[in-house]
Parts: sequence; structure tokens; C-alpha cells
Amino acid sequence: MEHKSINLKLKIWRQSNSQTSGSFKTYTVNDVSTEMSFLEMIDVLNEKLISEGSEPIAFDHDCREGICGACSMYINGRPHGPMNETTTCQLHMRAFNDGETIVIEPWRANAFTVLKDLVVDRSSFDRIIQAGGFISVNTGNAVDANSLPIEKSKADASFAAAACIGCGACVAACKNSSAMLFVSAKVTHLALLPQGSPERKIRALNMVAQMDKEGFGSCTNTGACEAICPKGISIENIARLNKEYLMAGLTSEK
Amino acid sequence: MNWSQLLSSSIGRKIVMSVTGLFLISFLVVHLGINACVFNDLYDATDNGDMFNRAADYMGKTMLIRLMEIVLFLGFFIHIIQGVMLEMENHNKRKIGYQVPVGNKGSKWYSRSMGLLGTILLLFLILHWWHFWIPSRFTHVGLETPIILSNGRMSHDMFLLMKITFSEWWVVIVYVLACISLTYHLLHGFESAFRSLGVHNGRYIKILKSIGIGYSVIVPLVFAMMPISFKMGWIG
Ligand code: SF4
Ligand code: FES
Repeated sequence: MEHKSINLKLKIWRQSNSQTSGSFKTYTVNDVSTEMSFLEMIDVLNEKLISEGSEPIAFDHDCREGICGACSMYINGRPHGPMNETTTCQLHMRAFNDGETIVIEPWRANAFTVLKDLVVDRSSFDRIIQAGGFISVNTGNAVDANSLPIEKSKADASFAAAACIGCGACVAACKNSSAMLFVSAKVTHLALLPQGSPERKIRALNMVAQMDKEGFGSCTNTGACEAICPKGISIENIARLNKEYLMAGLTSEK
Repeated sequence: MNWSQLLSSSIGRKIVMSVTGLFLISFLVVHLGINACVFNDLYDATDNGDMFNRAADYMGKTMLIRLMEIVLFLGFFIHIIQGVMLEMENHNKRKIGYQVPVGNKGSKWYSRSMGLLGTILLLFLILHWWHFWIPSRFTHVGLETPIILSNGRMSHDMFLLMKITFSEWWVVIVYVLACISLTYHLLHGFESAFRSLGVHNGRYIKILKSIGIGYSVIVPLVFAMMPISFKMGWIG
């Protein structure tokens, strides 16, 4: 890969805390190596800001290898930037051109409050997961790996859904700020497996109830979530969640 | 989980939209079937709308159909009210918007514009009722002279009313634009309705997609041909 250095103009949302209103500030970063990751480029800018005595840009990050779901930047009108199935931390500067202006915004949704600059509060996702509750498994010694046969296609589909890293990009991209792709991935992940099947119905009902309570919008199947999801979670899962929920709701005793 | 909890949840309301939507989709087939009788004029120049008028007469005077009309209005009412509410609520779920919008990245404009397309269709519907449903049921304006049908029954001349209504260009244009809106509304709505009901199996989704596209293009197209054919003098 050809190594280049590029100069960039960044328009970044700055906001000191959740109580104040923010605004865009423009920065220039020069001599950015195209082999840098997007977050490294922000690191470079932050070093410069610190050395100038100004407040560095706050942003979420942790693993920087696309598996934790912490990074969350809305770059040039697309959550996680221009590359398909790529988290912000795995995005590299070769995706940008010399002299380009990059607009960076936080996730926008009422359910995700901006805490500072590009950091948003995604604890609503944690509460949805909590609402899902436990799954019944036998305790004791670890069971033999193949004692519980699972059809290969089901295991694969479950695994594909389990790839969701809970980043919230689906909400950020959705015109309705709906969390359905996230919730459907979590529900599908367990619904396809024998583990947790005793709680299958109540899990779907409770997670959807919590999702509604957190103030996410309702899904209208536009497909934007699937297109921007860094883990390629399929919108099929949403239809599956609809089925799980409908079945659970219709057969509920009360 | 009781019924009201189920139907008022976000997924429950999706299901309501989808069931009422599919009901309206099935109604459109009946509506189209009846109205397509006007094209009998193309084959039989002496028909002069008799086939259509007999069909309209049957629809107007059969008890079961009149009862279904009430259900139909209920279907429209729920679909519209719920649609408007969902659109407004969803819109409010993001108080601060983006500087650079997501736009067409990953979704079709008409998928995101169901509220707008639905509003256009509602405005059209009001005009449409005013043109045909209100005169035929209540005011009888334009239907003053009854005709004798070939089966011997006395009836309104709905065919003549269509001919008069569609003699004006603006009406023809508005109807054609409404049919185009309907196409886009259905292009999203047809498939989405089944997804909302939980159809996730790729094999079925593929079939439904094709049927959905066929339906969304053909049904509005045949409807649009009616005002055009009257205006062009092909029938009537
Ligand atoms: S579904 Fe995709 S976009 Fe949504 S939270 Fe999971 S990984 Fe992120
Ligand atoms: S920092 Fe962990 S996924 Fe990006």
C-alpha cells in the first residue's frame, strides 16, 4: 500500500457536558499518515490541543480492534464512516483524500444523551440487556462440548447475530432512532439456541418493553441500520424479533 | 401481557399498521377488479359502461358489501391515525439532528417517506370521495338521470360520472400523480407489512419482494389508465 501524508480539515462537535448546548469547531491536522487509524488521527489532534493548553476532544474507545463497540463517531453523514462493516477504530485514513473536510458528530438520538463532545450515554442498551434476564443452564462441571446438539445452520445464524457489539450505530443511522436491529440481534442470538429456551418468550417481551421505555423510536423497516452496521447484522433478525414478540404476546397466559 | 399492552407496544403498532395495510391492499384488488370493467368498452363499443354500472350497482346494493364498507372505513381510519401518530412520534425521537444527514445511504427515499406519501394519498382520498363516493351515496350530483341496466335494474350512471369527472385535465393529472405516490407507498409497504408480521425466511421474502413489486406497479398503473383513457377518448 502506498504511503502518503494528507492534510485535513475537521469539523467536530464540541459540547462541555449534557446540560450545555454544543457547536461545531473547525481544526486542521497536517501530515496525517494514510496508515493511521481514524482514532490515531484524533489522538494526534488531541496531543496538539493539549500542548496548546486547550481541552482535548472527548470520544469513546477501548479495544481499538473492532470488537468492543465503544467507538462511536458519526463521520461525514455515516455512523463509523464511509467503509462498510468497519468500526471507527478500524477505519484508516487511506479512506480519505488530501484536503478533505471531515464532519464528525456524536450519535444523535434522544435515548443517547451527549455527555461530552463525541461521547454519548449508551446505558439504555445495558438496561435492555438486563431486562432480558438470565438463561437457565445446569451448573456444576463443564459439560461435554457435543452433549447438546445444535443444527449447524442455526448455530451459524445465532453466531452471526451474536456478532453485534452493541455500538448503537443502527440507532444513529435510523430515521426513527429505533434500536430494533440491536434488540433483534440479542433476541435472535438466544432464540436459536436450546440454551435459554425456557425464558425465550418472556425475554422477547421484556426486552421490547424496556426498549420502548428507553425512548427509542419504532422500526419502519427502512434498512439503513443493516447497511451501516459494522458487524453486518442482518435486518432479517428484526423480522424474527417481530415473530418472537408476536408469538410470545399472543400465547401469553395473562 | 394483555391485548392493550401488546397492541400499544412499538412492535404491536407495527403489526396494526401491517394488518390494516394488507387489508387495504386486498381492498384495492376488489376496487380494481370492479373499475376495470370500464375497459369493456374497448372490446364492445356498444357496452357504454353497462358492465361497469352493473358491477357498481351490485356493490352499492348488496348488504354484505355495505357492511364491508364500514370495515373498510375502519381500516382506513386506523391505518391513517396510527400512521400519523407513529410518524410524529418517531420524528421526535431525535430532537437534535445531524449536520450531514444519513440520506440515501442504505435505505430508499420512499422507505423513509411513508408519512409524506401517505399524506398525499390521504389528500387524494378526500378528493376521490368527493368526486365519486359522496355523489353516489348522498348528493347524487351528476347522477340525476337514472339509467336502465341490461339486467333490467334501475341505477345511477357511474360511468357517465367518471366520464364527466375525467374530462378535466387537472383531475387526470392529480389522479395520475396519486397513482405514482401509491406505487412508491406500496413498494415499501407491501414487503414491510410481511416483515412486520414476522416473515424472516429468505425464501419467502424473495417471493414476496417480487409479488410486491409486481403489485405496486401493475395496480396503480391500471388505475391510472382509467382517467387517461377517458380523457383521451379511448373509452366513454
Ligand atoms: S446491530 Fe450493528 S450497529 Fe447495532 S449495535 Fe449491534 S453492531 Fe452496532
Ligand atoms: S474501540 Fe472497540 S470497537 Fe472500536
